Order: sequence, then C-alpha cells, then structure tokens
Amino acid sequence: MTARAHSPRVAIVGAGPAGAFAASCLLRARGDAEVDLFERLPTPWGLLRGGVAPDHQEIKRLEDTFDRQTLKRGCRFLGNVEVGVDITHAELMSHYTAVIYATGAQTDKSLGIPGEDLPGSWAATEFVAWYNGHPDYRDLEFDLSARRAVVIGNGNVAADVTRILTLSADELQRTDIADHALEALRESNLEEVVVLGRRGPAQAAFTSAELRELGHLDGVDLRVDAAEIELDDVSQRWLADKGSFTARTNVQLLREFAARPQRSDAGRRILLRFLRSPAQIRGGGRVEAIDVRRNELVRADDGMLRARAADEDVETIDCGLVLRSVGYRAVPLPDVPFDERSFVLPNARGRVLASGGGPLSGVYAVGWIKRGPTGILGTNKRDAEETVTCLVEDLAAEALPEPVSGGREQIDALLAERKPGVVTVDGWRAIARQELERGRSERRPRVKLASREELLDVAARAAPSPAGAGA
Amino acid sequence: MTYVIVGSCIKDDSCIEVCPVDCIHPKPGAPDFETAEQLYIDPAVCIDCDACVEACPVDAIYAEPEIPDKYDYALDLNGLFFGEKSTAERTAR
Repeated sequence: MTARAHSPRVAIVGAGPAGAFAASCLLRARGDAEVDLFERLPTPWGLLRGGVAPDHQEIKRLEDTFDRQTLKRGCRFLGNVEVGVDITHAELMSHYTAVIYATGAQTDKSLGIPGEDLPGSWAATEFVAWYNGHPDYRDLEFDLSARRAVVIGNGNVAADVTRILTLSADELQRTDIADHALEALRESNLEEVVVLGRRGPAQAAFTSAELRELGHLDGVDLRVDAAEIELDDVSQRWLADKGSFTARTNVQLLREFAARPQRSDAGRRILLRFLRSPAQIRGGGRVEAIDVRRNELVRADDGMLRARAADEDVETIDCGLVLRSVGYRAVPLPDVPFDERSFVLPNARGRVLASGGGPLSGVYAVGWIKRGPTGILGTNKRDAEETVTCLVEDLAAEALPEPVSGGREQIDALLAERKPGVVTVDGWRAIARQELERGRSERRPRVKLASREELLDVAARAAPSPAGAGA
Repeated sequence: MTYVIVGSCIKDDSCIEVCPVDCIHPKPGAPDFETAEQLYIDPAVCIDCDACVEACPVDAIYAEPEIPDKYDYALDLNGLFFGEKSTAERTAR
C-alpha cells in the first residue's frame, strides 16, 4: 500500500466483459480503490447480454460472477452515460486518478464489394444486436420473406446468426431472444441458409463446439459437399504441422457431416460452402442474389495460407437476405490517441501511449480496444490482469497525480447536471428484476426490456437520484 | 471416473487455479493456449475432487456420469486432446 492521502479513484469506460474483468481485478488488487463503471447503455455486461446468442444461456451465467465481483463489492454502475458526449475525457481525468477504456470494437469490417449497401444486406452484428434486444437496434426490419439467406464468414458470429435463422420458433421461445425478433422469426419463410467461407474447412474459424451444434439442430439438415471439404496438399500439410486441435476436430466433423444421409424430415437446411468469396451483391432496389467466386489456397511469404480467385467463373445464388460477418473493428474515441492501422488505442501492456510513444499518464486500455477483436470471454480476464497490474504499479510508484476535483459527490453533481436518467446499480437491479419476473411468468430465462424508454422508466422508478446509489 | 469440460467453456482460468493435481490444460502461456477453443481435463490425472466445478463461472464442467446428452461428445474430446498431445510429444522427442 502507498501513503496516498486518498483512495485511488478509477473510471472504467465500458461495462462489457473487459471492463467487468478489469473492475473485478482492480478491486482484488486494491481494495481501497473507488471504481466507477461507465456505460453508454442503461444495462451492463456488454456483449455478454447483447452478443452471446440467446440459446447459449449457460454462458450468460457469467453475469452472476461479474455482479458478485464488481457491483456487490462497491463498484458503481453509471449507465446511460456516453463518455465523449455526456462527459469528456478531460473531465474524467480531472475527477479520477486513472481512466481505463474498455469500449470494445463497435463497427464491422466491410467486404468492399458492389451491392454491399443494398437493402437486405446487413452486418451480422446488426442482426445480433436486434435479436438480443439492444435498444438502438430494435426498430431494424429484417426481411425474412425470401426462402434463402446467405451468411458471409466462418466465425462464431456467423454460426450464431445461422442458428438463430434456422431454429424453430418453439426453441427460440425458450430463450431470452427479444420479443420483436421472436415475432419476426416466427413468420420467417426461410428454408435455406448458405454459409460462405473464403478459405477451406481446415481454416474455418468456427470453434468445433459451434460447428458441432450446427450439425445437431432439431429439424435442420446440415449439408456439406464432400468435394468441397477435400483438403488440398497445402492444407493437408498445414493441418499436420501447424493446425490446432480445433482445426483437426473441425475437419473431422465436416467429414462426418458430408457422409451423413440427407434428412427428409428437416424443415430447414444449412449449406456450408468453402473456398468461396462474394464478388457482388445484386438486386434492383434490394438484395436478390449474390455472385460468388471459387478460391484456391496459396502459401504466402509469411507462411499463412491465403485465398485467391481460382478462375473467372461466377456462381449466382438467389437470396433475399445477406448477413456479413467478416470481423469487427474499433472506432476512435474523442480526445484519446488511436492507432489507425491496427484500430486499437496505442498501448504497452495496457498503458495507453501518447503520440510521442511515452505513456499517457493515467490512461489505460483493456479488451478489444487494447488488443483488437480476438479471443473469447475468458481472454479478457488475463488481458485485464495485465492492464490492472500496470495501473497498480503506477499507483504504488506514485506516478499518477491526485485528481484536481474532489470525490464522488462532484462527479455525481456533474452527471446530474449533464445527463438526466443516469442508471445506477439500483436502476439496473430493478430492470433485471422485472426482466426475470416476466421471464418466470412466460417460462423463459428472462424477457428483455428492449427499448431505451422502458429501460430508463423502470430504472428511474427504482432510483430517482443518481447520487443515492452505489457503495 | 473423471470430470469433463464441455463446449460452453469460456477459457476463464478459474478451474486451473483451483485444480490440486494440475490436470487442466492448456495453461496460459502454453504454446497451444491461444488457439485452444476451451480447456480440457486430463482423464488420466483427474481425481474427481469437484473443485473445478465449484470454480467454473459458466457451469461448463461435469462429472462423467452427469454429462448432459447434448455434450455426450465431450468425454472423448477431453481424452483426445491429451492423446494427441502425448503423440505429438513422443514424435518431437
């Protein structure tokens, strides 16, 4: 412990898994720290609530751990506050000893092909946010009247959206999928979802758990063309030398799927295609078809296997919906340095660096905004430990000046003036309680409040004053 | 018997921290840790102590007789992970 006169005050910006793990780790390392968790939405836990698929409820149990290790240990939740809009970076710096950015990667990478912006072509993450009840996405209208949809990408988001498009309404009804999405999917005419992978089966980014699940959905036939999953020589060698356990498991699973007889009882079909790149999305006014090209794999100078067009042939697949899932990308934050090439905050082990290369005193990063959009939930725990270790070292070295402004009362006063409707921990608990109660009456895990008005209304009735909540 | 980790594992390493016989792999820092989609329990070493079950924040660990049907593959998969590993280590020698 140091001889500081005051407890360190730390603001964490973004209450997703990275922010939650950072808060938990910090409270463990420095029991005297006052931690405030800022969040743009009225609800905490980021992609755990808004990203993880509704039929993966077991993973959502992590929120109990987050709650126990953060909010129940005196960490405050300051929801419905957007840093950079409602309160500036400079203001945070004047009120807190340190600021940890945990804002994630909020946009999608684009494909850069003609027709990408046609109505009916969406980022898969927009669809995810919609079905998971993100209040900013509830009014999107996905046209599910066509018989075929195409999902571009081979990662777990692609697997998630494919599952949600093909699961029966009865199964979705048992999840916490947003009501508006459940209604729309109940009326869906989709019969087939084609999933396009740029590279081959050995390079697919699905986890074997997600791939296996796609092959075992009730009433859904998974089809793979045996010829398309035959490994070429480079892939065979790569799989033997460098391939992961997951890659080998995936190839084995795909062989099993390809050998299965076609299911006659299936109401819907998933077709996994490999070595196919989209060339153009076509349609007069909205998506009607997608043109795809066949790829071959070549070994690049860096040893990576890359896809390149194998020939000039174009295959046209008729479809009414395209979901693009080829990766996330972080966006710059106001008044904080940004690395425009790697799309992260420039940092050394979580210490954000100024343009000159030295650490920007008191500013830290964690999660996707620090390392890029890689890894799974638990990856953020080790990532948070690294960042918090740096912060704790800096505190111990007395390298961080005392904030010029006083304590929590001043922050609360500033927020009260700037932003009516700050959601505190009491507000969030009222939201959670209502969602769980509605869930119980409908025999669902929870029924989400999916509009900002509803969320804020329930929160406001529980906690009229932002200053009254917290530790 | 053994305990088994299923596909809902989030690779939070709470189980590794509490395992008294060090049978959960890969561990942070191991060469195959970053590419691993989940952690696995070595059935030859596990002593069925239940500590990992208590520690797991997403209930992704089951005693062998209690593995739910939808995860029936997991027993073989956990074993296979270590089977492959020992083959690879033997070949490397």
